[in-house]
Amino acid sequence: MVKVLIPSGALGLGYDRKALARGIAEKPDIIAIDGGSTDSGPHYLGTGSSKYARGSTKAEWRELMEARAEAGVPLIIGTAGTCGADSAVDWLVDITREIVAETGMKVKLAVLKSGQRQDALIDAFGQGKITPLEPAPELSEDVIASCSNIVALAGAEQIQAALETGADIVIAGRTTDTAIISALPLSRGCHAGGVWHGAKIGECGALATTAPNSGTILIEFDAEGFTISPMGADARATPHTVSAHMLYENSNPDILYEPGGHLDVRAAKYEAVDDRRVRVSGSEWVVSDRYTVKLEGARLAGFQTVSLVTVRDPRYVANIRAWCDDIMIKATEKARARVGEGFEIELRLIGLDATLGVLDTEAKAGTEIGVLGLVTAPTESLSREVAKVLNPYLLHHPLTEEEEMPTFAFPFSPPEVSRGAVYEFCLNHVLELEDPMEAFTLTFEELGQ
Amino acid sequence: MSRLGDIAVKVRSKNAGPFWLTVDIFCGSQSVFAQVRTSITSARIAGVFGAEIAVVNRYEMDSLNVLKFSLPRPAVQGTRQDRDMHGASFAALVAELEV
Repeated sequence: MVKVLIPSGALGLGYDRKALARGIAEKPDIIAIDGGSTDSGPHYLGTGSSKYARGSTKAEWRELMEARAEAGVPLIIGTAGTCGADSAVDWLVDITREIVAETGMKVKLAVLKSGQRQDALIDAFGQGKITPLEPAPELSEDVIASCSNIVALAGAEQIQAALETGADIVIAGRTTDTAIISALPLSRGCHAGGVWHGAKIGECGALATTAPNSGTILIEFDAEGFTISPMGADARATPHTVSAHMLYENSNPDILYEPGGHLDVRAAKYEAVDDRRVRVSGSEWVVSDRYTVKLEGARLAGFQTVSLVTVRDPRYVANIRAWCDDIMIKATEKARARVGEGFEIELRLIGLDATLGVLDTEAKAGTEIGVLGLVTAPTESLSREVAKVLNPYLLHHPLTEEEEMPTFAFPFSPPEVSRGAVYEFCLNHVLELEDPMEAFTLTFEELGQ
Repeated sequence: MSRLGDIAVKVRSKNAGPFWLTVDIFCGSQSVFAQVRTSITSARIAGVFGAEIAVVNRYEMDSLNVLKFSLPRPAVQGTRQDRDMHGASFAALVAELEV
């Protein structure tokens, strides 16, 4: 039997400290926590940076390092620094060094990096080793070359290699959410279908229980399946909460693709062990005939400047679309005369349909509308220049030529705010590997010796 | 006629990675599930999102009384055209369907 303790759905989200202490008392074989995902958008992979503040990450990571030392078992984090790019891994390694220096701990540290070299990927693309998933943006050598970061999602094999170094702590770049949980129980021969299924159920911490914010759960893997036990005092796992978690942020609730195969849960049985624990068996792991890892890439998509104005005049609110359409024509024409082509202006109507756009069939205005102006351009200065052309229209544009010049509400000065560089995801592909380690690098060092 | 959001326990949408949107309709009971599964077709979901019906995947989960749809996001997450980074607001469009 292998016990995996999962403190929370992600480092930086916080967890119930009593629940973590209860988990440590259960004598886990490993502590595994996720460090990120793509869900916060392309900025983090584009820049190779973390979503969470350094101070709060350090405080939580230090607690987990101390819990690990107390338990005397490995601690592993996957997708370090939100995006799992090499620079985000380095960021967490730096934090780890600081903690070691401040506490006097001794730590054997393995670092697994997932960042991809563009020249190697261009070669692999030429050899037909990169294939699209549905729906995939079009891929070319230029697209690969234009990415600021490309990562491959490590699976269980790469994490196992990191654990086999004898490390106390493994800091991994981009991994699948499940790999950090599945690696050790797979190494020790637990049931593969049960392992991957349990890893999927556990990857969001206590989200598969009745008390999602309690964070900590323990999963026990064995030769036939797994048992999930929430560590929060009031948290309960039920067959319903556990089976329903297969739906969560998952396009196919029956199948989960991983490097080297896929999980099929259609024959899974969910049974209540008692009123707070659930036993799952019957899940199947199907080995694939080739070994592939998923790629994620982000690239620069321009520079953006945003402006905001609020409109309260009832006649303008009632005619807001006509007003915006006229501003779009006039501001675009004036900006073209000033700076040429290459920029995009968009006005979104907050209070009408800013969230859903043309898909919204129920859009209706209240007493006021916020008009969010978005200017995207190839350079920072061009983006600001065009936003400054737009601003006088947002402030003073009249519905008709005959009326006195109106003035609308800018909430701040200056009314435009630079968002700087903006990024976009541009890969939804898999890379075929001969050897699981060929796209990853593993290093080992002893800290505090 | 009622709206789906009024008879279902919960209608939820989320990203499933940057390229996919997934919509979970928790019906709460067999009777509501029976009504919803015949009424909410892939064609209606395609219509709501302006998508081709061929790209809409539909899952009926009897044990949970859940109907689930997955389709490519209306705009790839975080692109200039995307209006909702986490994709949770799209659920409103489905909840407003008549059943």
